[in-house]
Amino acid sequence: MLSFIVRRFGLLIPTFFGVTLLTFALIRLIPGDPVEVMMGERRVDPQMHAAAMHRLGLDKPLPQQYLDYIGKLAKGDLGESLRTRESVWHEFLTLFPATLELAIAALLFAGTLGLLAGVIAALKRGSLFDHGVMGLSLAGYSMPIFWWGLILIMFFSVSLGWTPVSGRIDLLYDVEPVTGFMLIDTLLGDEEGAFLDALRHLILPAIVLGTIPLAVIARMTRSAMLEVLREDYVRTAKAKGLSPSRVVFIHGLRNALIPVLTVFGLQVGTLLAGAVLTETIFSWPGIGKWLIESIGARDYPVVQNGILLIACLVILVNFAVDVFYGLANPRIRHQS
Amino acid sequence: MPFFRNALSIALLAAGACVAQAKPLVVCTEASPDGFDIAQYTTAVTADASAETLYDRLVRFTRGTTQVEPGLAERWEISPDGLTYTFFLRKGVKFHTTEYFKPTREFNADDVLWSFERQRDAKHPWHDQAARGFPFFESMEFGSLIGNIEKLDPYTVRFTLTKPQAPFLADLAMGFTSIYSAEYADALLKADTLDKLNSQPVGTGPFVFQRYAKDAQIRFKANPDYWDGVPPSEKLLFSITPDSNVRLQQLRAGACQIALYPRPFDVPGLRKDDKLAVLEMDSLLTSYVGINAAHPPLDDVRVRQAINLAVDGKAYIDAVFGPDAATQAVNPYPSTMLGYDDSITPWPHDPERAKKLLEEAGHKDGFKLTIFTRPGGGPTNPNPALGAQMLQADLKAVGIEAEIRVIEWGEMIKRAKAGEHDLVFMGWAGDNGDPDNFLSPNLSCAAVTSGENYSRWCDKAFDSLITQARENNDPEQRAALYRKSLAIFHEQAPWIPQAHPRQFTALSKDVDGFVQSPLGSNNFAKTKRK
Repeated sequence: MLSFIVRRFGLLIPTFFGVTLLTFALIRLIPGDPVEVMMGERRVDPQMHAAAMHRLGLDKPLPQQYLDYIGKLAKGDLGESLRTRESVWHEFLTLFPATLELAIAALLFAGTLGLLAGVIAALKRGSLFDHGVMGLSLAGYSMPIFWWGLILIMFFSVSLGWTPVSGRIDLLYDVEPVTGFMLIDTLLGDEEGAFLDALRHLILPAIVLGTIPLAVIARMTRSAMLEVLREDYVRTAKAKGLSPSRVVFIHGLRNALIPVLTVFGLQVGTLLAGAVLTETIFSWPGIGKWLIESIGARDYPVVQNGILLIACLVILVNFAVDVFYGLANPRIRHQS
Repeated sequence: MPFFRNALSIALLAAGACVAQAKPLVVCTEASPDGFDIAQYTTAVTADASAETLYDRLVRFTRGTTQVEPGLAERWEISPDGLTYTFFLRKGVKFHTTEYFKPTREFNADDVLWSFERQRDAKHPWHDQAARGFPFFESMEFGSLIGNIEKLDPYTVRFTLTKPQAPFLADLAMGFTSIYSAEYADALLKADTLDKLNSQPVGTGPFVFQRYAKDAQIRFKANPDYWDGVPPSEKLLFSITPDSNVRLQQLRAGACQIALYPRPFDVPGLRKDDKLAVLEMDSLLTSYVGINAAHPPLDDVRVRQAINLAVDGKAYIDAVFGPDAATQAVNPYPSTMLGYDDSITPWPHDPERAKKLLEEAGHKDGFKLTIFTRPGGGPTNPNPALGAQMLQADLKAVGIEAEIRVIEWGEMIKRAKAGEHDLVFMGWAGDNGDPDNFLSPNLSCAAVTSGENYSRWCDKAFDSLITQARENNDPEQRAALYRKSLAIFHEQAPWIPQAHPRQFTALSKDVDGFVQSPLGSNNFAKTKRK
């Protein structure tokens, strides 16, 4: 098992370098440099341009810039934003908890509801419920996030007035950021009603972000359950007279969970990608919006290191899933 | 769906649990500021969150106009040759007292000198702090324009210019000339925390900075010592809401009282809402298509005129902006500005005359050209794809085959500055209400060399007229010079002038005292909730 983990970990190093090279190259392939983009349609004085590029260290040859970048990374220095002059690490730490809080809420929503719907659909195969779940999950999967978000806002926030339109908390509450997780910070603060308000703000974005993973998880659980329920050991369990819930949840779902778990791992990437749109619709101050704006401004350090940090996160989650997988299923361990 | 049901019931419970607090003024704005050190930045949202709230300038624009009135300078004198400006500073003006800075002295000439010298003097200890430079100071060529700045006494400052510049006073009302506290800057320099100037600002403006949560909110409180009267809103909050639809929903739900930048197409719907009001105003914006006069056959004035005749300007405005959301442009700047000539009328939509002109110019069978446009819309071009297609169709009707190239904004600007385009969709937002601010950057011969004259049209007579007008301080003489220059512009047709978009602000009816600015800036120093 240890050698499996070591081998898997070994694969992470080239992936990491690949990501650094790719982000470094891609952002520079987009034409226009940070100074030109800032000046827009206004006049750019060549001397001022050259001086600014020198200050930013962007007048050096590209290989040199890449080596400088890797050298800084090795020292744990992620540089500072060309635009705001804040350290990239600081900005990431400020914004990432918002994205993480939203992603966790979305995953909880998608996981709980998806597993339940998938299991029931499998047990009642061919029923109206099954067809309903499959139809809705197909619709959910195909739903453009932007449209879906606005529809929910119109219905729940504007027409019914049940949920807030956007943001993480009502601006009437002045919550001191401690952890960056609004639900925790509101509990740490002493403003009455702030926690519930933060929770209300989380509901719609979590549903919107969780819709696609919910659809995927529900379909995946259903098909995995159907397969498992046909297995001999399930028939044996039933024949032994075990209770139906024990057969379904202990013998069935536990085995069906392995492919579902893979989907969970892959959904982390989807959640981070989907967060870009969800964050925009709900004015959720997370990393998605941060990266999009930084690409527009050609803020090289933010784009390079922001994407690197997200890539590391996705890599680590998938690594954890791989390891967990290996633990759960000896065949995978031996094959690799 | 147990989770969903629970979530809804929690939401319902929480709906009644709002705490009663003092009512702040909440403004839904579209983006985060780049920072709070306005001299480093160009975006309007950055200016709203800094220049309009935290800082003052020597002079300022009278609310809702482009007239200049006293600000931190109580009065000024301009020498007859137009080269020396002496400002007499207001006494008793206090800088903000915050958790991170307690001023020990009031505003004086040292602060003025610091605010200009750090942008002007490359050896100033603060000059390199703005890694990307000082965009407005540099693009307006203040470095070469200002010959000297002297402190005559603690409350008198003299600027000596290297050449007369009529718009100079209006330039000094722009955000990048905001006055900073030299005492605070010294304290930051001593502590080696220069970056805090951008994140923990100190000014003399109507509001004091409290907290900024990136991409979420900015919190200000009223400046109790403000020299121009304490703002009636004790708290001012900016809710950063990028999506325009969501801003309007926030407004309808009462989460904010002012929603900036509603889309023109949403305005009719907003007007039907009893609880809301919509303010509108002619903005200092011009959208145009630059015709690259350096590329044959566009160097032939008849061809440029033919292109103008081929275009259906009215249909363009209705389709791209929406009816009543823009006025058709004729001149490079809107009719509210000095020297505008009402007698010049738009080129009519006359494809037959266009064909005749093309025939005269030797292009009976037409020719091919490229149209550069960008993918995403903005205030001067809300629907670039549609606009380009309409232009393409209009040109096709007179025999000109146009190929549309949709290019990312930064790249398009770069290529257009290099003169690669034939036609390019462009726009300009006026900075100070002076005609020179439209004409010199976009149509002067000097701007052909530097690239931002996207029509690459250099007409000596026109150039001489706008130079004379820039150096003349007499408004009537200037107006006459501008009228002559506009006639040349119209006849030479280096642009297809398209539209002057109107600007809208949506607000709740309980908001009092908000006035739109033709410059597109938003100031809440006199705004309150009823």
